[in-house]
Amino acid sequence: MIEGIPLTHFLIVSTVMFFMGVLGFFIRKNLITILMSIELILNSVNINFLAFNRYLFPDQLQGHFFALIVVGIAAAEASVAIAIIINIYRRFGGIEAEQVSELKN
Amino acid sequence: MNHFSYTIWIPLIPMFMFLILGLGGEKFKPVVSGILGTIGMGVSFFLSLLTAWLYFFSQGLGHTHQTIIAFNNVWLNFTDKLHIDLGVLLDPISVMMLVVITTVSLMVHIYSLGYMKGDTGFQRFYAFLSLFSFSMLGLVVATNIFQMYIFWELVGVSSFLLIGFYYTKPSAVAASKKAFIVTRFADLGFLIGILIISYYNKTFDFSVLTEPNSPAFTTMHATSFMGMSAITWAMLLIFMGGAGKSAMFPLHIWLPDAMEGPTPVSALIHAATMVVAGVYLVARMFPIFYFHAPTALEAVAWVGGFTSIFAAIIACTQFDIKRILAFSTLSQIGYMMLALGVSGYGGEDGLGYMASMFHLFTHAMFKALLFLGAGSIIHAVHSNLMTKMGSLRKYMPWTHITFLAACLAISGIPPFAGFFSKDEILVAAYHHNKVMWLIEYVTAGLTAFYMFRLYFVVFWGKNTEYEHAPHESPATMTIPLVFLGLGSVFAGLIPFSEFVSSDGVPFETVSNPLIAIPSVIIGLAGIIVAWILYKKESEMPKKVIAWMRGSYTTIYHKFYIDEIYIFVTKRIIFNGISQSIAWFDRHIVDGTMTGIGTLIERTSNNIKGLQSGQLQQYAMYFAAGTIALALAFIYLFV
Repeated sequence: MIEGIPLTHFLIVSTVMFFMGVLGFFIRKNLITILMSIELILNSVNINFLAFNRYLFPDQLQGHFFALIVVGIAAAEASVAIAIIINIYRRFGGIEAEQVSELKN
Repeated sequence: MNHFSYTIWIPLIPMFMFLILGLGGEKFKPVVSGILGTIGMGVSFFLSLLTAWLYFFSQGLGHTHQTIIAFNNVWLNFTDKLHIDLGVLLDPISVMMLVVITTVSLMVHIYSLGYMKGDTGFQRFYAFLSLFSFSMLGLVVATNIFQMYIFWELVGVSSFLLIGFYYTKPSAVAASKKAFIVTRFADLGFLIGILIISYYNKTFDFSVLTEPNSPAFTTMHATSFMGMSAITWAMLLIFMGGAGKSAMFPLHIWLPDAMEGPTPVSALIHAATMVVAGVYLVARMFPIFYFHAPTALEAVAWVGGFTSIFAAIIACTQFDIKRILAFSTLSQIGYMMLALGVSGYGGEDGLGYMASMFHLFTHAMFKALLFLGAGSIIHAVHSNLMTKMGSLRKYMPWTHITFLAACLAISGIPPFAGFFSKDEILVAAYHHNKVMWLIEYVTAGLTAFYMFRLYFVVFWGKNTEYEHAPHESPATMTIPLVFLGLGSVFAGLIPFSEFVSSDGVPFETVSNPLIAIPSVIIGLAGIIVAWILYKKESEMPKKVIAWMRGSYTTIYHKFYIDEIYIFVTKRIIFNGISQSIAWFDRHIVDGTMTGIGTLIERTSNNIKGLQSGQLQQYAMYFAAGTIALALAFIYLFV
């Protein structure tokens, strides 16, 4: 199904996704959307892993496993992050990233 | 271990007393702490007497007195050879010192029960007295020179504490600092001397250090530095320590000021015990002085001789009775030093050594008595100045009689104690060097004069009107006076050469009438001059002063030695050396440090805005940093 699509295309997609994630991380105010941006970054990395695995070492599985591990970690990270965000909401009455600057004091 | 091992308790009991009294502090009633301290000292006193009895008499007289190590404990172990021990060494001079120290200390303890009554800090006073007694006893029984040095510093500290006992009085504080700094300065020399001599001998132990045949001394002779051999340097430096503690010229300036302390302290520390530590040190190292450093020994003799006449001259012009006694102490210690300096080694030749120790012994008795008597007078009159005293014989019979006995003893009138010991010193000096003999002979006359000047002015002289009629001191004060008075009268009759001699072998002394009779005559002459001038209030002393003019003022100002010191320290050392060093310290050393501080402070002020607490800003910096690094790696390092 992917015959004929060159590796470069996958890399372009993943790069675009990566920088969209970074941009979202920088400019979104809402902590949830920032979290979503992180997921974008992680998934762009996953695409890279899978694409390289498929094109460079088709008879091996390391890339797949890395991708699976990243997905697992991302799930754990999301649960922790959401727990933190809920606590922030209770503490500050909102989930704007700018509100949360108490640690500097 | 041997049957003398109990002697360790002689210094330990005062130490425990110090701990108990020092820690208990105000929790004890004053009288309780006084009596506790006195009992502790009493036990030490009886142990010392017992030791003296066993040491000198258990074998019968006529034997050579052996050196006994009664107790020894390796305290700091550096290597197999190099270790610092603490122990008890018994030989004739240390046993004699034990007796002297505990006797005077016990008398002072009893006396202070009356003298210090009602003073604030009574408990503290007794704690310090115990500390001092402990340190002094530890000093004399030291088995090695380093133990001696440790206790040497401890007596310095307790002297400092006791001089500054009235710490609300600025002059007392200044005096205590002066005493401490001057003696500390001298102790620097002592320490260097110890290090030199121990470096060559590879040990601190007296049994090796005082063995003249030790091969290390040959090496020390061969090594020379600035024209003198290492051994001469070492002994001179050790003597410098002794001179500081014994207040020899030119390090004597602290002793007269030390009279700011309570009078019992002056009696104990600055007359009878601590100030003779220097004499004791020279006596302890005597074989080395004699066999290996005769130059240093000659220096000891001259310094002692000069100090004795120098201090005696000053004493004739002073008005503060305690200061007169202080200068008299200087003078008498000068005698002891001189006697050591002129002594030979072994048997009859060691006469000077024996005389020095004998004089130390008798001097402790009569000088402690003089100080305690002066304390009794001050207690009654509430003043130190003898111009405010007169006719006290009517009010204070006991003080008068005992003071007179002490004056006769120090003036060398037979059969009082001072006559015998001073006579031996004069004989020894005569055999060694006629000039020294002449100096000491003149000093003997001066001594008689200034002591009887003091005596006549205070006890006879004018009929002074007192605001409160003076009265005799309480029994706690007169009993020690009487006890020491008996000592001053009879101590001279002890056949001292049977007990103490330079090599431990007893010998006989014979009095030489050619020396003894002139010395008695000059003593009597001094007394008669004092009688004529001061028995009744008259104009004669003023005429004498007018006749002496400038020289009187010079002497009255103690030859301006203090002023010279002030000039040298404040003008030359402070201005010339200290200030440039202080400038360097303040501007260069401190400046560097402040500079670093300021730099860091400024930098952090500038970058503190970076810590905004904004998560996304941080992320931006992080990303920018990553990109910058990536670019750097790509374009700079590839």
